[in-house]
Amino acid sequence: MAAQTFKLNVNGHDHTVDADPDMPLLYALRDDIGLNNPHFGCGLAQCGACTVHLDGQPIRSCITPLSGVGESKIVTLAGLGTPETPHPLQTAYVEEQVPQCGYCINGWIMTAAAFLRDKKKPTDAEIRQALEGLKCRCGTHMGILRAVKRAAAMMAG
Amino acid sequence: MTKIDKPAAFSRRSVLKAGGALVVSVGAGLGLEALLDHQAALAQGIKPPLMPDQLSSFIAVQADGHVMAYFGKMDMGHGLTVAVGQIVAEELDVPFHTVKVDLADTATSVNQGGASGSTGIQEGGKQMRVAAAEARRVLVEMAATKLNLPADQLIVTDGVVHARDDAAKKASYAELIGGRYFNVQLDWNKKYGNPLYAPGKAKPKDPKDHKIVGQRIKREDVAPKVFASENFVTDVKVPGMLHARMIRPEVAGAVPVKVDEASIKDIPGARVVWQEGFLGVVAPREWDAIQAMSKLKVEWSQAAPPFPSQAALYDHIRNATVRKRGVEKQNGDVDAAFKTAAKVIEAEYEWPFQSHASMGPACALVEIKDGKVTCWSGTQKSHFVQQGLASILEVPADKVHVIWTTGPGSYGRNDADDAAMDAAVLAKAVGAPVRLQYMRNQGTGWDPKGPASIHRARAAIDASGQVIAYDFVSKGFSRVDVDTNGSKPFDTLAGQTRGITLRSGDGFGVPAESYQFANKRLAWETIPPLLDRASPLRSSHLRDPVGPQIHFASESFIDEVAAALNLDPIEFRLRHINDARDIALIKAAAQKANWQTRPSPRRDQTGSKVNGRGIAYAQRNGTRVAVIAEIEVDRSSGKIWARKFTVAHDCGQIINPDGLEKCIEPNIVQGVSRTLWEEVKFDSKTVTSVDWVTYPILDITETPEAIDIVLLNHPEIAPSGAGEPSTRPVAAAIANAIFDATGVRIRRVPFSPENVKASFA
Repeated sequence: MAAQTFKLNVNGHDHTVDADPDMPLLYALRDDIGLNNPHFGCGLAQCGACTVHLDGQPIRSCITPLSGVGESKIVTLAGLGTPETPHPLQTAYVEEQVPQCGYCINGWIMTAAAFLRDKKKPTDAEIRQALEGLKCRCGTHMGILRAVKRAAAMMAG
Repeated sequence: MTKIDKPAAFSRRSVLKAGGALVVSVGAGLGLEALLDHQAALAQGIKPPLMPDQLSSFIAVQADGHVMAYFGKMDMGHGLTVAVGQIVAEELDVPFHTVKVDLADTATSVNQGGASGSTGIQEGGKQMRVAAAEARRVLVEMAATKLNLPADQLIVTDGVVHARDDAAKKASYAELIGGRYFNVQLDWNKKYGNPLYAPGKAKPKDPKDHKIVGQRIKREDVAPKVFASENFVTDVKVPGMLHARMIRPEVAGAVPVKVDEASIKDIPGARVVWQEGFLGVVAPREWDAIQAMSKLKVEWSQAAPPFPSQAALYDHIRNATVRKRGVEKQNGDVDAAFKTAAKVIEAEYEWPFQSHASMGPACALVEIKDGKVTCWSGTQKSHFVQQGLASILEVPADKVHVIWTTGPGSYGRNDADDAAMDAAVLAKAVGAPVRLQYMRNQGTGWDPKGPASIHRARAAIDASGQVIAYDFVSKGFSRVDVDTNGSKPFDTLAGQTRGITLRSGDGFGVPAESYQFANKRLAWETIPPLLDRASPLRSSHLRDPVGPQIHFASESFIDEVAAALNLDPIEFRLRHINDARDIALIKAAAQKANWQTRPSPRRDQTGSKVNGRGIAYAQRNGTRVAVIAEIEVDRSSGKIWARKFTVAHDCGQIINPDGLEKCIEPNIVQGVSRTLWEEVKFDSKTVTSVDWVTYPILDITETPEAIDIVLLNHPEIAPSGAGEPSTRPVAAAIANAIFDATGVRIRRVPFSPENVKASFA
């Protein structure tokens, strides 16, 4: 399809991207805007490595066409927090030394961030349910659960 | 570790220049020419040629006193960087944070084997330890001259050499050599790779004096990942770079006979690279390369479907001609003993092909410019990829620079080496830098697989109930059908699709344990690959190569014998094990798990959901692991929940307990995943496990509720590996727990609900 011009608001900054409307948002973020952090894992919405927030909700940018983004505000892992002002999940991830390769991180943190925003003091079962389907091939599942619980405790005050 | 700017003498340019002077290939001896180069480099203040017999190849002190540790292995997220930094800081008597470990860059490190066989600390750390100790010795000698004091009256505190009785008489490492290189010869054993060893004259510290080794120090590569500032190999970009995708046949073994380039003429800048069976596309934009891959019209040769049906896999292995047999352990006269047996217990176990299924499909970037090749790769073995690229591009190895960059998962010989070689062929063909990333279906469908196998075990029991003979043989596809690294084009898809004939290697393995039986034989047999080139079922190393399958069988069988003799599984094991560390290990696990002595199965449970416990233990190159699984079985659905694990782990001296625990825990989880879910599916044409739906792994909802780890530390015993050993007993521990819960013995992996339910029928 012929390229069109899209205006994207990512991590509070406006960007203009000329691209095929069918092109998934992931490639605009990585290749046009230069945000490396959402990763290509499957291109099938099966793993979560490409997860970003669209108006606060976690979506899989690998299957979200540019034409479907509209005016929505996009936040990536880089926009969630910084070393100076970290999101509690980022603090907890560092404290718990969660990742091995770390390629899956976007899925877990971005999904958990939306979940913990809406659900205070979740149970172990609720956390597991909220994260169902996300993939970590290195097997750091135990660390992920510890970090989400630590962040939940931080967010509960 | 602290990121530090390199002073002038260590500038990137000079380091690269030094890398360009690397003229040695594996196996080559040390020539006079190289030594002269070394002198010339020292005179110019640049990093000398990378020679394993030169101290400066491993250790350097910067002008500001920071220590560089040049390490020829990579870190897949196991915290090896920290552990090596601790070892170097310990021997040099410098603060930990002043050491920077430079990983697996062919321009700055010698070939220490890359990530391989859990040898990061066992072999790599051993070399860094003696190199750092030698550096300290030399620096103290230099200080002795400078201060005009005997060396034995000097001590080192935080990188400052000073008189034992007068701290004012001092010289810092930075003053002594900062910004310059050692010209110190080491006693190199003339080996490259894992066994490379080049000690100096210094004796490393007595472990009882260790202060930094043994500490829980955290990784510094976690925060950059968490704050999205780390560049993975997938994130590297260079000017003028083209994106590429490969195209694989729908019938394995087919090759393109007609390629219609006009079918992608509407895609901006899209081009085809077609060389015999090698077919790829490039385009300036990544999405366009993907479109070109999808839209290119290709006519393939009529290849005969090469594979048996999935259901016939184990019969195929059973009936296949043995290509090579290896008897690795044998004592007594096994065959004679079986003839005298009052009773023979025997069983056969089956393990499927499994995929690395790395989190992201492999990616590599290759730039060929001014006769030099630069490759960014997530390979585990950058120095071997350097040789592979030199070979396939027909350039000298010293013109190839491989920069190891964190990849999307790393569990052995995955698809990373193939990606580097494919990208090199593409870059040469199109005359521009090429970034290639595979698609998901290629990452899972076309990576080298962990080999499928069957395992036969027999035990001969005499009239008094004693085991008088034990016979164990594995038969399966080779662990080195394609080799463990990409140094030879014939081991890679780029080579094989371009007509280079595979030279399939033979290798498997035997159980690693210390069971004492009067007559005992442990053997293996390999069979030919199903397809002799460019096969999506080619087999190679997947985490703890053949360890999970062998020990699933051997440790399940030991449990079967214990049950047949109506003995507690631990009691039976301890009767036959005579290794003191193994005994202590198993007892530690039993104590931690509050193991109740009784035979399996339980026989006291009713209802759909039943619980069981099982143990398995194994050695691996000096390391020992015992795993106790406590599981829940839903007999109506066949679903297994591996609820709790207790792991006792002995790898000799512990360098960093925190890093060690974080190796073990994910190993257990990945082991559970491989046991319960993982099986590469295929039909007669090709592999049909191509994504996370068709190759399921353990979900977070199925994660254990607890993994208790007991670390047995032996500071006096040289450290052995921890990257893989704890994954090998997991499957048997679960199988033994299922038997304990249900009385049913499951002898085929995976224990998916479907398979488990079928076994109850």
